[in-house]
Amino acid sequence: MNNLFILLLVPVISAIVLCFVRDAVRAKWLALVASLISVGLTIPFLCNFVPDAQVQFEQNWVWVESLGIQFHIGLDGISLPLVLLTNGLIPLIVLASFGKAHKGNFFALISFMQAGLLLVFLALDAFSFYVGWEVALIPIYFICALWGDGDRIRINLKFFVYTFFGSILMLVALIYLYNQSDVPSLEWSTLVALDLPESTQRWIFWAFFLAFAIKIPILPFHTWQPDTYTHAPAAGTMLLAGIMLKMGVYGLIRWLLPIAPDGVAAYGQLAMVLCVIGIVYASIIAFKQQDAKRLIAYSSIAHVGLISAGVFSWNAEGMQGAIIQMVNHGISVIGLFFIIDILQERAAGRNLTDWGGLASKMPRLATVFLIIVMGAVGLPLTNGFIGEFLLLKGVYEYGVWYAAFGGLTLILGAVYMLRFYQKAMLGPLAEQHTHVQDIKGYELLVLGVIVFFTLFLGVWPKAILHLSEASVTNLLNQIKF
Amino acid sequence: MGAIITLCVLGIVVLYLGLFKAKNALIPVTVLGLAVAVGFLLAGWNSEAVPILGGMVVFDRLALSFSILCIVITGFIILLSKEYFKNISTHLSEYFSLIVFSLTGALLVNAYHNFAMLFIGIEVMSVALYILVGIRKTDLASNEAALKYFLMGAFSTGFLLFGITLLYGASGTFDLAALKVYVETSSEISPLFYAGVLLLLCGLCFKVGAAPFHFWTPDVYDGAPILITSFMSTVVKVASFVGFLRLFNTVLVPLNDFWTPVLLTIIIMTLFIGNITALLQSSFKRMMAYSSISHAGYMLFAIVSIGSMSASGMFVYATAYSLASVIAFGALILVKRGTGSENFESFNGLAKKEPLLALILTVAMLSLAGIPLTAGFMGKFMMFNNVMGSYHVTLLILAAINAAIGVYYYLHVVVNMYFRKPEEEAVPQQVPMTYKVVLALAAILTLVVGIYPDTILGFSF
Repeated sequence: MNNLFILLLVPVISAIVLCFVRDAVRAKWLALVASLISVGLTIPFLCNFVPDAQVQFEQNWVWVESLGIQFHIGLDGISLPLVLLTNGLIPLIVLASFGKAHKGNFFALISFMQAGLLLVFLALDAFSFYVGWEVALIPIYFICALWGDGDRIRINLKFFVYTFFGSILMLVALIYLYNQSDVPSLEWSTLVALDLPESTQRWIFWAFFLAFAIKIPILPFHTWQPDTYTHAPAAGTMLLAGIMLKMGVYGLIRWLLPIAPDGVAAYGQLAMVLCVIGIVYASIIAFKQQDAKRLIAYSSIAHVGLISAGVFSWNAEGMQGAIIQMVNHGISVIGLFFIIDILQERAAGRNLTDWGGLASKMPRLATVFLIIVMGAVGLPLTNGFIGEFLLLKGVYEYGVWYAAFGGLTLILGAVYMLRFYQKAMLGPLAEQHTHVQDIKGYELLVLGVIVFFTLFLGVWPKAILHLSEASVTNLLNQIKF
Repeated sequence: MGAIITLCVLGIVVLYLGLFKAKNALIPVTVLGLAVAVGFLLAGWNSEAVPILGGMVVFDRLALSFSILCIVITGFIILLSKEYFKNISTHLSEYFSLIVFSLTGALLVNAYHNFAMLFIGIEVMSVALYILVGIRKTDLASNEAALKYFLMGAFSTGFLLFGITLLYGASGTFDLAALKVYVETSSEISPLFYAGVLLLLCGLCFKVGAAPFHFWTPDVYDGAPILITSFMSTVVKVASFVGFLRLFNTVLVPLNDFWTPVLLTIIIMTLFIGNITALLQSSFKRMMAYSSISHAGYMLFAIVSIGSMSASGMFVYATAYSLASVIAFGALILVKRGTGSENFESFNGLAKKEPLLALILTVAMLSLAGIPLTAGFMGKFMMFNNVMGSYHVTLLILAAINAAIGVYYYLHVVVNMYFRKPEEEAVPQQVPMTYKVVLALAAILTLVVGIYPDTILGFSF
């Protein structure tokens, strides 16, 4: 069962099948079953994975013979956590959409996107990587623009053109690199082995960095993000924030840093400054938000700012922290967006002023909400703690001041998250909310799973860390500044 | 050889079918004839290519593969025309035979080995088109387009002839092989020759619609009947590019220091003018006209990047572009039938009414925009790669910026189809079976080429 290609094939097949399912009930169950099959197929990889630096379960076929392009996929300690994250979150996202009467096409798009995301995380050939990168964009565009609200058409067009612009610059860099080796090739190992002059690496850095920074998003390139997140349907926001932005961070680790280390040496500090400014800026803006979704959108910019800072700090702690925090952030943010979606339906609107005192009516929700908020804030024994600790330690080793400002995320994060919780759950109960129902059934199941992983990874972060440790060390040793 | 004779005979047979009022036999006979022509071309695939007919034409693999592409695309257009021309006029057979004659000209341009043949081919191809553009006799736009096309076409043929004459004056030959020898061996190339090259360049740029010789394109494309527009923007354009490629990429290579700067300027102008003007259009048909200008810019990359891969890159690009254009214009015919308008707004809500058609058109638009897993991406990848091989990365970045601009207007129609509601209830239209089959086939081919490009890369060169 150790066939990575099947892992990619299952979502593709389920997407094709789901296209033809018009019945909403049948569609959602089929989508759930398909996503659970993906989970089931992922387990053998986790069990058989040897946590050393080797790329495992490799599969390599010729894709375009005359151009020397391979279809090359494999799994190592850096990609495995993200594959786990993707396949683990998709069933939750599907379950979270159970309350809505979506036809098969909605779930087909989710499955199709899953295939693109997995290809991004598994690819060891830049061509495959680029294909996955773009393929993941199409379905999320349709999900957000078809089922979104507000000014969805304009917002998502901006999102699409913006990210496409970034990725086409990456394509330029890839084509340049493709022509640099004696036998044109886009294999990861070939590209990393290229000994490029520093001046070249500098612009290669920017071509890649723009593509990834727009996706993540890092500060001046974030303008598409709050609108897109806010006006996307719940499932779309979860896909975007939970998984898709990790594509960018993963790209930094897998492609940018090893290919253009001199470029990173030249501009890494600038990137670091951008990340840190992003953390502080987004945290302050988040504090002023009244729209709950927008608040989490900005908090997400702050969190990924710290994650990217960890990557650019270029040491084992920062890198390890980035990897585990990507998983943690995915779990927490999905929980938060799901809670907002529940509240939006039960208590009319997602403005913080609309809510208040809901804890008395929804005790179960209040409990899980609190745990997830604690995870997002980074309280010890929840998942966020170890990630932020490692990240800050890594950033500290890079430079004290970066860590000092980056560390503000802990304080500011606690402030806006607790304010969010307080406005929603505590205080006097508004009159129109006296008949609000508590969560049950699938909602409880989704949030229960999220809470379980919040606590599980808080108590035993080694579950993820030991997977990536050897690969990270190896990557760091491979490239010296 | 066999293919050209088949097509000539086919054109005459089709005319006679019209004489005997055998309207129902028109399409089957034409398609059969095209299939026979493809058969002849395929039969010549493995044989040694030698100039035939006194050195007039040569069916090498370049000519064979592009000729097959032209014939297949013409076949698609013929199939789509089943319902279409009936509404325009009663002289059905003339149109089919004119299209076939024009295709014959395209084949000659694909395979020419002598300037006389280039000229004859271009004329055969164009004269038939002048009539076709104006076949809606009572429609003012169609008349204007025909006149404009004729004047501009005559003008550009003039340039072409001047160029050919000057080349002849300098080298004393019309034959490409002899010309190649002249360019490679003569110690001093006469200034006449350079002037001739420039004039030829202008003439051919007129034909492919590259800026600053593009002014006829939008009006003519807009005024012509939709199917004729799709024929013009695919078959005729592709053939002109092959003519361009054959001359500049084989014969004139030693002089590339002279003509590449000129062509590079033209390319950059073409890309920006085509793309930026396309952004501003409110009519889908005009948008396609301007986007065809910008695609001409990308295809010209194949000509400036001299190398073994440039022809196959152009083949993939031309295939992708032609398939997508057939889909786009086919969909436009259906939409126009329902709403009577060619504007973007008439696509509103198409996804609800005709989900399959909307999906197919989306595939075509993504292919034109160059999104992976469609043929358009492979075409762009190979073109960009060719450019990278020979030129500086700045050129590539300019091309990439244009690709990003293109996404915006290609998505416009997708947005209208999926995210906007129709303004008024249009008359429900039955999509004819032939349209479904042809458009779906083109979409499937687009995806197959995009996912597994070796299917046609093995087929070319």
